[in-house]
Amino acid sequence: MVVADAGPRQQAKAGNSIFGHPAIDCDIHPAVPNTKALLPYFDDYWQEQLLTRGIDRLSFSMSSYPPNAPISARPDWRPKGARPGSDFDMLKSQALDAFGTRYAICNVLFGASALHSEDMAAVFSTALNEWLAREWLDRDPRLRASIVIPTESPDLAVEEIERRAADKRFVQILMLAMGDKPLGRRSFWPIYRAAEKYGLPIGVHAGGTYRQAPTSTGWPSYFLEDYVNLSGAFESQLLSLISEGVFAKFPDLKFVFAESGFCWLPAFMWRASKTWRGVRTEIPWVKRAPAEIIRDHIRVTIQPVDAPPDPAQLDMVIEQIGSDRMLMFSTDYPHWQFEGTDALPAPLAGDLARKVLHDNAMETYTRLREGR
Amino acid sequence: MSWHVVAKVDEIAPGQSKMVSARGREIGVFNVNGDFFALANKCPHEGASLCKGRVIGLAESDEPGHYRLTRKGELLRCPWHGWEFDIRTGQSWCDPVHTKVKAYSVMVESGDKLGDKSKGPYVAETFAVSVEDNYILVDV
Amino acid sequence: MSMDVLEPRTRPVRERQSKLSVVDCDIHPAAKSALELKPYMPQQWWEHLTTFGSGVRQNFSETLAYPRMQAEVSRVDAWPPSGGPPGSDLDFMRAQHLDPNNVERGILIPLRMNAGSQRNLAFGAALCRAINEWQIETWCRKEERLRGSIQVSADDVKFSVAEIERCAADPTYVQVLIPPRNLEPLGRERYWPIFEAAVAANRPIAMHVGGVSGSPAGAGTGTISYYVEEHQSLVQAMQAVLVSLVVEGVFERFPTLKIVMVEAGFAWLPALSWRLDTQWKRFKAEVPQLKRLPSEYIREHFWFTTQPIEEPERPEDLDRIIDWIGEDRIMFSTDYPHWDFDDPNYVFKTRMSETRRRKIFSENAKTLFNLRDA
Repeated sequence: MVVADAGPRQQAKAGNSIFGHPAIDCDIHPAVPNTKALLPYFDDYWQEQLLTRGIDRLSFSMSSYPPNAPISARPDWRPKGARPGSDFDMLKSQALDAFGTRYAICNVLFGASALHSEDMAAVFSTALNEWLAREWLDRDPRLRASIVIPTESPDLAVEEIERRAADKRFVQILMLAMGDKPLGRRSFWPIYRAAEKYGLPIGVHAGGTYRQAPTSTGWPSYFLEDYVNLSGAFESQLLSLISEGVFAKFPDLKFVFAESGFCWLPAFMWRASKTWRGVRTEIPWVKRAPAEIIRDHIRVTIQPVDAPPDPAQLDMVIEQIGSDRMLMFSTDYPHWQFEGTDALPAPLAGDLARKVLHDNAMETYTRLREGR
Repeated sequence: MSWHVVAKVDEIAPGQSKMVSARGREIGVFNVNGDFFALANKCPHEGASLCKGRVIGLAESDEPGHYRLTRKGELLRCPWHGWEFDIRTGQSWCDPVHTKVKAYSVMVESGDKLGDKSKGPYVAETFAVSVEDNYILVDV
Repeated sequence: MSMDVLEPRTRPVRERQSKLSVVDCDIHPAAKSALELKPYMPQQWWEHLTTFGSGVRQNFSETLAYPRMQAEVSRVDAWPPSGGPPGSDLDFMRAQHLDPNNVERGILIPLRMNAGSQRNLAFGAALCRAINEWQIETWCRKEERLRGSIQVSADDVKFSVAEIERCAADPTYVQVLIPPRNLEPLGRERYWPIFEAAVAANRPIAMHVGGVSGSPAGAGTGTISYYVEEHQSLVQAMQAVLVSLVVEGVFERFPTLKIVMVEAGFAWLPALSWRLDTQWKRFKAEVPQLKRLPSEYIREHFWFTTQPIEEPERPEDLDRIIDWIGEDRIMFSTDYPHWDFDDPNYVFKTRMSETRRRKIFSENAKTLFNLRDA
């Protein structure tokens, strides 16, 4: 029910966000206040390791999001003296209430997934998911989450997925845009098998483990470069997923690109389809143009919009993407992508609004449907 | 449209092709397992001399990592961008609905039945028609 | 058998306007064998080449890491009847390409031997010098339509500067050629003396896709498996180089420097420009060397060749993209004799204005490379 002219309270009563439709925020970032907070979620051996070795004092901030960097928190969303996203009350008020969101999906970006020790990465993932369930999901019925996994150890990752799957508030599996190997590679397929089994999409979030240069031309100098170049990493991942036949092997699987931008999609789709027509025989399990596969299997959160100066150009890009099912609303809270509540650009606020705000996420996250 | 005698049957063995010219058009005549087909020598993508491309089979797969070659000798790969065309129909493999190369009707006729079709400057310049031999005709 | 009528969406659009003359900004000459280079190399380095080959930072000594779809990455019909690999026979190049396609000027971009990517810097220098001289003697002196590129190795800054200075006096060289993938992103300060030399020589710097940096081709995601991925990964590499050149402040320091991106495509440029502009506002404090919007630097300093032509699902989107980039920045190229060659008669699937066609087919390149007097 759309009550477009009503104020926020009336909207909320109707179950609508401030945008006049129910909204699902597909990318917010609650944060661990410090590593110590996770201690209760380790067994005796690991607790002693963490304490003895001073690991509980390490921050594990990801290189992609230095805590004080502007991207990491909008100034009014930055708690005083605490890590951005770590304050439950602030997040509740600023990410959920302020927008009138119905559900918000928590993608916790904690650097432990980048640990080289496979077992440590695995136990941290387990602790993180447990912490998330107890200290966030239990506290607000609007919150949903992605399962954090030790990506580079697919067997251990599958164990964690199996461990977490019964909790229906976990609606997605989280991976990062830059790791050791491209995500299409077969060694990751046990993870995708588990995802398909439980009806969970794979969320690929901006950021990386930095085990190699973030570009094929070596190490750039600036965070600005790293951040901008992430769109290239997403393009590379998309090509890997398609070329390796992930969607041929797992026809029900969807991938959600989070904080990737989306304006780069049309040029990428055109080029991928063009190349496929000539190089098809190398990858004969790809039986349709990549552009079509993308429309069926890929979803993208809308922040950052990286908008062109002219809204008509954004209109055109959305037309060129050629699907009204791909884009999904997000605030990327508390990352700084927009001012005020200006999270939905005009070209997405018209006829597409309900799909972008709500329906596409409902279609993609099967567990959201089960919850109703 | 009229029929043109373009080659003798035994000039084009199975798996082989011959480039011919009729009414100012370049046409590739292909022998696919004993049947004859004719395609315009122009790729609908960017105008390449399509019939100079390699004759191939169809690369198929039921799942990643598994490869099969079927329909050996039935497809043509454009010598430039590698688009695959079904020699029998002219349809492109990747986009059969929208993309075709022009295909011409072909028939095989024995020399004693050619009658009027044996006329024309082309036939006279390439070879005499013998009533005992079989000939390939293309409708251009 | 049915008589099929040709009704494809991708039917080649044959222009009814008069055939335009063409400046082809990307032609790849090849040597029939390495022996062609021998006269231009000191004996020491000839022996090094025949002993060790010219492999780079990858798995095979003589073979590219990702096998291509066609031999010599070339059109199947581009093998000269006289023998030798595609692109090695000038007469055949004239007959198959320069003459029938109305090529008024063709810019050579040699790719063989990984000359710009050698780890042994002295060897790389000798290779570059040899290839630069070979271009002139074997090709440009014999065919006045052809122009050359000063090939250098970016990681050997001293040599690159010296080579640009050595070649600058010969107007047959119209640009400096640097591989896009080097040890570090090309905007980094260690490479700036090369930009200074290019500016002093009044030559644009061209980057042709390829190069081997030692980092995996997968744009920070690791080692990719297939040629189909590697082919498109060339684009991400060019994007990263563009970002580096802009963000490092190269164009503040060298306000007249011009960059040509060859074979990288261009449809990706608007989205990357918007993304750079948006994020620069967030990260401004980190990069005080930038005084203006990144998109302004891009608009003033970059040119793009057309091949492999972008093929939007709606052909008219190509015109739109060119509107967004600026029609004076797009320059036609064929990549002859490579497989993804674009034929000037069929390359554009959408009607464009006569002005735009002229600019793309020849005027922009004539202006950039000073080809009108030469």
